[in-house]
Amino acid sequence: MKTFQERIDDGETIEPKDDMPDRYRQQLIRMMSQHAHSEVVGMLPEGNWITRAPSLRRKMILLSKVQDEAGHGLYLYSATETLGASRQELIDQLLEGKAKYSSIFNYPTLTWADVAVIGWLVDGAAIINQTMLARSSYGPYSRAMVRICKEESFHKKQGYEMVATMADGTPEQQDMIQDAVNRWWWPTLMMFGPHDEDSPNSAELIKWGVKSKTNDELRQSFVDRHVAEAHEVGLEIPDPDMEYNEETGHWEFGEIDWDEFWNVVKGNGPMNKERMKARSEAHENGKWVREAAEEYARKQKLSKEKAS
Amino acid sequence: MSEKNDTDSNDTQWPLWEVFTQPRDGKPHEHAGSLHAPDAEKALENARDVYARRKEAVNIWVVPSDQIVASKGEDAGPFFDPADDKPYRHPQFYSVPRVSKRRS
Amino acid sequence: MSTATKELTKQEALFEYLVRLADDRLILGHRLSEWCGHGPILEEDIALANIALDYIGHAANLYEYAVEIEGEGRHRDDLVYFRNDPEYKNLKLVELPKGDFGYTIARQFLFSSYSYYLYQLLSNVEDEQFCGMVEKHFKEVKYHLRHSREWVLRLGDGTEESHERIQDAFDDIWTYVGELFHQDDIDEVLQNEGLAADTVSFKSDWKDLVSDTLNEATLDVPDWDQFMVEGSRQGLHTEHLGHLLAEMQHLRRSYPDADWE
Repeated sequence: MKTFQERIDDGETIEPKDDMPDRYRQQLIRMMSQHAHSEVVGMLPEGNWITRAPSLRRKMILLSKVQDEAGHGLYLYSATETLGASRQELIDQLLEGKAKYSSIFNYPTLTWADVAVIGWLVDGAAIINQTMLARSSYGPYSRAMVRICKEESFHKKQGYEMVATMADGTPEQQDMIQDAVNRWWWPTLMMFGPHDEDSPNSAELIKWGVKSKTNDELRQSFVDRHVAEAHEVGLEIPDPDMEYNEETGHWEFGEIDWDEFWNVVKGNGPMNKERMKARSEAHENGKWVREAAEEYARKQKLSKEKAS
Repeated sequence: MSEKNDTDSNDTQWPLWEVFTQPRDGKPHEHAGSLHAPDAEKALENARDVYARRKEAVNIWVVPSDQIVASKGEDAGPFFDPADDKPYRHPQFYSVPRVSKRRS
Repeated sequence: MSTATKELTKQEALFEYLVRLADDRLILGHRLSEWCGHGPILEEDIALANIALDYIGHAANLYEYAVEIEGEGRHRDDLVYFRNDPEYKNLKLVELPKGDFGYTIARQFLFSSYSYYLYQLLSNVEDEQFCGMVEKHFKEVKYHLRHSREWVLRLGDGTEESHERIQDAFDDIWTYVGELFHQDDIDEVLQNEGLAADTVSFKSDWKDLVSDTLNEATLDVPDWDQFMVEGSRQGLHTEHLGHLLAEMQHLRRSYPDADWE
């Protein structure tokens, strides 16, 4: 019999009923549920603009994108449930403030350009992370990721298309889009998490084949790709230290404001309270609906049993 | 489905269902994923909205997750290895004359 | 704008008719889209967004055909973003705030059951393009009816609380359903040309479907003969529409020269 680590090292996929170390299970539950929460909370900043979208085409694209995010949350909760955690428990953890979600969604969407930039930068960052996770050692996680990546590619594309349209638009549109890039660039870089040396979970997740790249490696590939895309449409990256290194072929960038990062993680971001309030209200207001449906099902089952 | 006798304010996310979608006419159903639903009708509706909103399916099955019986990882040996020494179960085992596609 | 004094051409009537249909769907889609991210459970969040998308998609097709019929080179977005409240011809039923989930479902059921019969007739109109569009939409309309009808049963015959909430919703909304069957010169002109549905012809079928469903859901059917509001098709709205349009149109109107496509 192979040990667990040998199975991982041989590139085998771990399935729900397989033996696995408890710590592997716990780390996955933590990581996957965080990911699921992020998708669901992530509906809010963009959802903020659905009713105000400036064309019918943009309205339909945005609505279907935010809807996709609900779907992604659903896939990820389901995948997490295969590890023995119920969705009810996971949602309770979120609403009680015990579980985390991506800090990027604690920033506000102040103008329509934010919607464009979220698609381009935030989804661009998510795709880099998710493409890696599609090869994760845990079967249900990797399969959910494959499905999500397929759907996510349209998200980034529509975002970049909108960025390009605005960057090529009226002076007001150009100002609006540059302002959005200025506000979202650094928080997006923070999405990849702390530096490798400050990321205690990272090494373990790599050892277990959940991740295959470090936070800094992922961040670098994000920067390389998006700096090029920004220049393509004539936008500036708000980093005076940004410089191309001919030797390595990479863009070198300035230091992230880690105080801001930890501050938002601790709940002091501009929108933390509002995001949690919106989720709690949806949950509370939906309670009678969930109960009604379950009660109806119980009654139907009972009357069927009586009839037979 | 979850056994729940009390009908008071015991909030849940509804029972879990497995969804199988048939991608095209004549193809077998495949596992698409899971979802939560209070009953079979709503499970079908939710499956349509969640797993077939991009026209990925022509037909859907839903099954309460707790009704799925799965073989365990440890069964892998005794369950699936026998096929290894029964090559005659696989079509590649046979060499047959090539039949021209053209019909006379 | 339709005026009773002027003789309407077929083209003008068809334009107006398409815009009415489109307005209903756009405004209801808008209200449903407000649920996105706030639904009672993830699965239902997705379902409501799907229906909202269907409606907005139907509206987009209808507006597009309307501006084509009009032939003045306008874009569908001109109709959406640059008309004021009185120029909107949607039913008051669809502009009411989304309310709680029971309210949303009660309205969905009343509107989608009405649309079901309407589309059945519209799929036979003597205009190939209109017909083809309606046939595509009809498939989705059937699903909207199924989705909302199943919810009416669950909420009506669910818990005491859900029963009360959806009953209140139906009682509240009832005064707005009379208009569904109101017809004027636009309808008359088009019906003579085989281009519009005679809504009165399915009124009793629709009432039966609604009554049967409410009965099955253990709900009381409100009084069909109670006072019913009127005037939507002439551009008389509730106060809610103005706020909805202010929200929907403000960005587009703030930068009238900008292209956002």
